[in-house]
Amino acid sequence: MRSIIKRILFGAAAALVLAVSLTPLAGCHGSKGLKEFEIPEEFDTSREYEVTFWAKNDTNNTQVKIYKKAIADFEALYPNVKVNMRRYTDYGKIYNDVITNIATGTTPDVCITYPDHIATYLTGKNVVVPLDGLFGDPKYGLGGSEVRFDAPTKDEVIEKYLSECEINGVHYAIPFMRSTEACYINKDLVEKLGYTIPEKLTWDFVWEVSDAAMEKNADGTFKINGQKVMVPFIYKSTDNMMIQLLKQSGADYSTPEGEILLFNDTAKSHLYTIAEHVEKGAFSTFKISSYPGNFLNAGQCIFAIDSTAGATWMGSHATHHDIAEDKIIEFETVVKPIPQLDPEHPQMISQGPSVCVFNKKDPQQVLASWLFAQFLLTNEVQIAYSETEGYVPVTLKAQDSAEYKEYLSMEGADNDVHYDVKIQAAKLLLDNVDNTFITPVFNGSASLRDAAGTLIENTTKSVRRNETVDDAYMEKLFSDVTSLYRLNGGRQADSVGKKELGMLPGTAKALIIVLAAAWVLIGISRLLVVLKKRRNK
Amino acid sequence: MKKFLALILVAVMALAAFTACKKPAGEDNKEDVKGEGVMTYAEYVAAEIDAEVVVETYVQAKQSWWEDKATVYTQDHDGAYFLYEMACSEADYAKLVPGTKIKVTGHKSEWQGEVEIIDATFEIEEGSFIAEAFDATALFGTDDLIKHQNEFFKVTGAVVEAVGQDDEGNDAAFFYKWDNSGEDGDDLYFKVKLGENVYTFTVESYLCDNTTEVYNAVKNLKVGDTIDCEGFLYWYDGVNPHITSVVAK
Repeated sequence: MRSIIKRILFGAAAALVLAVSLTPLAGCHGSKGLKEFEIPEEFDTSREYEVTFWAKNDTNNTQVKIYKKAIADFEALYPNVKVNMRRYTDYGKIYNDVITNIATGTTPDVCITYPDHIATYLTGKNVVVPLDGLFGDPKYGLGGSEVRFDAPTKDEVIEKYLSECEINGVHYAIPFMRSTEACYINKDLVEKLGYTIPEKLTWDFVWEVSDAAMEKNADGTFKINGQKVMVPFIYKSTDNMMIQLLKQSGADYSTPEGEILLFNDTAKSHLYTIAEHVEKGAFSTFKISSYPGNFLNAGQCIFAIDSTAGATWMGSHATHHDIAEDKIIEFETVVKPIPQLDPEHPQMISQGPSVCVFNKKDPQQVLASWLFAQFLLTNEVQIAYSETEGYVPVTLKAQDSAEYKEYLSMEGADNDVHYDVKIQAAKLLLDNVDNTFITPVFNGSASLRDAAGTLIENTTKSVRRNETVDDAYMEKLFSDVTSLYRLNGGRQADSVGKKELGMLPGTAKALIIVLAAAWVLIGISRLLVVLKKRRNK
Repeated sequence: MKKFLALILVAVMALAAFTACKKPAGEDNKEDVKGEGVMTYAEYVAAEIDAEVVVETYVQAKQSWWEDKATVYTQDHDGAYFLYEMACSEADYAKLVPGTKIKVTGHKSEWQGEVEIIDATFEIEEGSFIAEAFDATALFGTDDLIKHQNEFFKVTGAVVEAVGQDDEGNDAAFFYKWDNSGEDGDDLYFKVKLGENVYTFTVESYLCDNTTEVYNAVKNLKVGDTIDCEGFLYWYDGVNPHITSVVAK
């Protein structure tokens, strides 16, 4: 008996030692972190600051030059602030790097990002600066009295775009640029097939024309273009495709709280429709075939759906292209909103970069970062950057300016700054701001978006591989994609802001169990000693 | 002792990582004996796009690993196979040193002219082979070049052409990214003249990053330099090799 008690006591002591040693690890979760940012009374210009800016540009050197000029102009206004830019061409890479750097406390100061991504960043405590206080600060807020440049006021930032940066009632970003998707159409090929492009594009029309383009000559070439390759309809972003199809159908996708509703009968029905046209060879995706613009420009595609921010790659006279010059054919490009199920009530995605500010120990550093972020909303930056692609400025101040209006009016004046396809793409969005939507943002919404695209990609691949696409296939697809993106819970990880800490990690759970066990064992041993003493008496 | 072993391990891993950007050590001169159900290279070439393919091949270089997906350059004695985002754990990725024989099951695919195997799984097998660079100098500009797609190759006497103009309007021997919108650490693009034609060569930064000899050799190129190159015959709308070695003459 003695030996057993000894062992128990030793075990309890060991458990206590272990518990104590684990405490710092468990304590890291949630309880520590940066203090909430408080706006300083004054910006201390006697000090030097280095602001790290993680920028995202398309493969477009002009955008890089605009960023560099913006930095130089800002530094001229604030000689005590140096902005160090790191450039990315992929939002996903920024997201991954930010996640890695949150863990090491080395986030950038200012970062181009998407609200879906911010929702994940927010699972850390006080990682991203809530901007509402800064917006309204009379000195350093939007258009504040102490701001050294002509910044827009809050009312001059387009309300709809500003609201897209709101997560659970708090603004965690400012919009930078906005775009949507457009359908870039080879009008010549549509008419060669005997069709006329309707004023309002429908899915039925796109599918019908695409199927009609699959007729072949005896030598295996396609009748429509005389080439061996013809993919009439290519979609760049299949996550957008599914999201917009569901929205146009009035079907579920997710709730604002993070409940996953993607895997429904309407989604299945759309996948069957897509499968039907893949079977005929009439549809493919960027991931499977390559850039829609490359096929469009080579006369191998009729309907290319891509971002309006990809407009400079579309058409015979596109500013950018990465296929050989001799493969580019001459044709008329028509730019339309994406196809609709209900053309009288068009619905299309709103997308484009936003800017968030990361919290730091030093509030002055954060203020310097905010001032630079705000500088990105000035007319000079907004108009210049929007002109690089089919983007639109996010401020009324820029959109209503004489300079921007003149730019729009010069549509087609040249094939460079005033390239007609690009300006038509921008006008498409300007005309449809009220028809745009975004999906709910929560911790996990980025994964849900990926899952939506994977449903289409996998179905398309399966049909191409002659697999049977039936109800059993759909059931397995839904199950596989659910597992792949860890969407099993039905409701995703706690909606941001509602719960600060989320589930306890394994180390913390182990600590609590060990501590409890240790106290129980100490109690038992103490009880045994007391009982023994009483018996001896 | 532990420290010593750790150092040895690190040295071996570093050596393996850099092998891709150096000249391979030569081949074993054995013919490929394919296992049951495994395609010959000729059968692989004949397979339709999207068809399931099963090949046995040897790792020549690794491009990247991310989220349990590996992109790998492989080759057997008859031809090459580019494995794009093959399912692969990080631990298994470490085992894919040059020469490693693997059996790959996946689907044949084509992306902008590059024929590759996607959605693949693999298992490591016994055997080793490192391909020697074949001389493709005379094949550039001919229809036969594509028959060697993805193979480890070399060209000699290529002349560096201007890839474009830099921000100051001067002829540039290389760009960071295709339009010079990148920065140090990004892919390098440069143009070379072989015979009458000019080709775009790329130092793929995931394959050879900015610490490698080839990356820095390209950064030191000047328009008009005559160079010998080695690399893999990658395709993007025509031949667009991924270069692993550049020697200026």
